[in-house]
Amino acid sequence: MAYDKFNILTSTAVPLPIENVDTDQIIPARFLKATERKGFGDNLFRDWRYHNDDTPKEDFVLNNPTYSGKILVGGKNFGSGSSREHAAWAVYDYGFRCVVSSFFADIFRGNCLNIGVLPVQVSPEFLEQIFSAIEADPKTEIEVSLPEQTITIKATGASESFEINSYKKENMLNGYDDIDYLTKMKSEIQEFAAARPF
Amino acid sequence: MSKTLFDKVWDSHVVRKIENGPDVFFIDRHFIHEVTSPVAFLGLKSRGNTVLYPERTFATADHNTPTINQHLPVEDPLSANQLKALEENAAEWGISHWGLGHKKNGIVHVVGPENGITLPGATIVCGDSHTSTHGAFGAIAFGIGTSEVEMVLSTQCIMQPKPKKMRININGDLGFGVTPKDVALYIISQLTTSGATGYFVEYAGDVFRNMTMEGRMTVCNLSIEMGARGGMVAPDDKTFDYIKEKPLTPKGEAWDTAMEYWKTLYTDEDAVFDKELTFNGADIEPMITYGTNPGMGIGITNHIPDASTVEGGVATYKKSLGYMDFNEGDAMIGKPVDYVFLGSCTNGRIEDFRAFASIVKGKKKAENITAWLVPGSHEVEDLIKEEGLLDIIKEAGFTLREPGCSACLAMNADKIPAGKLAVSTSNRNFEGRQGPGSRTLLASPLVAAATAVTGVVTDPRTLLKEQTLA
Repeated sequence: MAYDKFNILTSTAVPLPIENVDTDQIIPARFLKATERKGFGDNLFRDWRYHNDDTPKEDFVLNNPTYSGKILVGGKNFGSGSSREHAAWAVYDYGFRCVVSSFFADIFRGNCLNIGVLPVQVSPEFLEQIFSAIEADPKTEIEVSLPEQTITIKATGASESFEINSYKKENMLNGYDDIDYLTKMKSEIQEFAAARPF
Repeated sequence: MSKTLFDKVWDSHVVRKIENGPDVFFIDRHFIHEVTSPVAFLGLKSRGNTVLYPERTFATADHNTPTINQHLPVEDPLSANQLKALEENAAEWGISHWGLGHKKNGIVHVVGPENGITLPGATIVCGDSHTSTHGAFGAIAFGIGTSEVEMVLSTQCIMQPKPKKMRININGDLGFGVTPKDVALYIISQLTTSGATGYFVEYAGDVFRNMTMEGRMTVCNLSIEMGARGGMVAPDDKTFDYIKEKPLTPKGEAWDTAMEYWKTLYTDEDAVFDKELTFNGADIEPMITYGTNPGMGIGITNHIPDASTVEGGVATYKKSLGYMDFNEGDAMIGKPVDYVFLGSCTNGRIEDFRAFASIVKGKKKAENITAWLVPGSHEVEDLIKEEGLLDIIKEAGFTLREPGCSACLAMNADKIPAGKLAVSTSNRNFEGRQGPGSRTLLASPLVAAATAVTGVVTDPRTLLKEQTLA
């Protein structure tokens, strides 16, 4: 399924200044039992967000009405662990369109790009600036410009550029995905496959 | 030009290179299971696509299957629904399916090699990060997301930028009681869980040459836990002996042709890696983790490090120890344990059960321990019986369950209760991984066995005489 186009996103952000946030935290395995892609946002960060009796944990950021927005800002090594795309689906389904961190785990980063969530990797220093800006004013806005490949803290004007390869950038700007690309080159793939020894 | 093993296999699978973009990468073998494939089949259908090469995809049920009474209907309706979806999708598209009750059923990363689906020089993917296991055979194998599962089903390709290359050399001999699991946990403790992110690892040196295929699988399995997409070991006579005569390996002339190719699969002498690390086998102790990621591991005789001495954020470190209910400076040996889990794609093979049995033989399970012994496949289960290991573990007060992923990720009923402490031979000690609120110590089958008979974290070397570990 092709996904939403991404151009410039200006939004408040939700801070999660924890390192090594793994995909088992983003969506615990017991919530992977659906056979359709829906409802995963309800269980985003389930065990950090709810007590065992399903009452909200008041001190968790997603339960704090002070913070909201379409940008999730996480600590270093975000999305490590399992390859479950459900983690990216949960992030998307909850309403986030962009995740910012100083370092992403490979598979999570790829999964985000494949469903239209933009992973923005910034320097550790800039990540700290973002956390500080949100702490100072939870309503502070962050602007993520995919065409310019920049991320800017609106209040201070502090800005940094981020990397994305031009193929993926085009895809995200236009809402295309890899399957669109691959299905167009099927005969080339079939030719290649015919020559494989096993 | 000189090439690494990884270059040789990767480059021979690139269908098209995209400038400033990923490679279109051909996949020889694709494994699917019940959890990460249903949405891919839905996507395939909604686009009006078909499965391009059904003979290159293999389905097995493992992630949420029960490990007792597999002959009865699956109780959890959600799990039953996923298992049914896998079966129906496989039938609809002509994909081989080893479902619950099939004699070849088991954990995807155990049954693939057992049946000769895993071959040197092949590219192998699955919607499961521990697909890295298959790198033990000199394959490029890694985990993918569900969008990519759909790509492979419909086009047999995915789009991947070529990772950087890292070589990890470990020379010398391993000490008494030190297993492949300890080698992997040691490397991860040195690199951290993000130390190899962006890289594909080749394991080289005496320690890996001398390792069995099962041991190499354990090490490659855990590559993802240091952030690497995968890890691989150059194939050698051990590899060829292991795969020869497996049901699905090439036979006759096809075998000879394949062997000619497989013998070229090594890193050329002057090939260059982006990063190269060297460790000494003699420095590795039996390992155990104390925190909430696999990089938080120490030699079993050590104490939990002070926050001031660890890399990374102090707040994250303290949160982790808080979850575990441990303190800086605690000794690991002697900590009372509630559960022991032997199994998973990391340590659910016959060698792991042999190791476990070597310790519990003639001893009794500690009363405070609940032990779950889960073979990785029916083939492993059969070998456990044939080799007399079942008698040994039964005599010691243990029972054997039926194959599956089980308490490694606790999608089925095998959940460690909140607050309970488990010594587990699996691969992840994340918060709640083995059940909401569960606390996990990752370790080898030997440490698990020693703990199972004493009831507390125990150094297996204290229970073993040197000659028993041949």
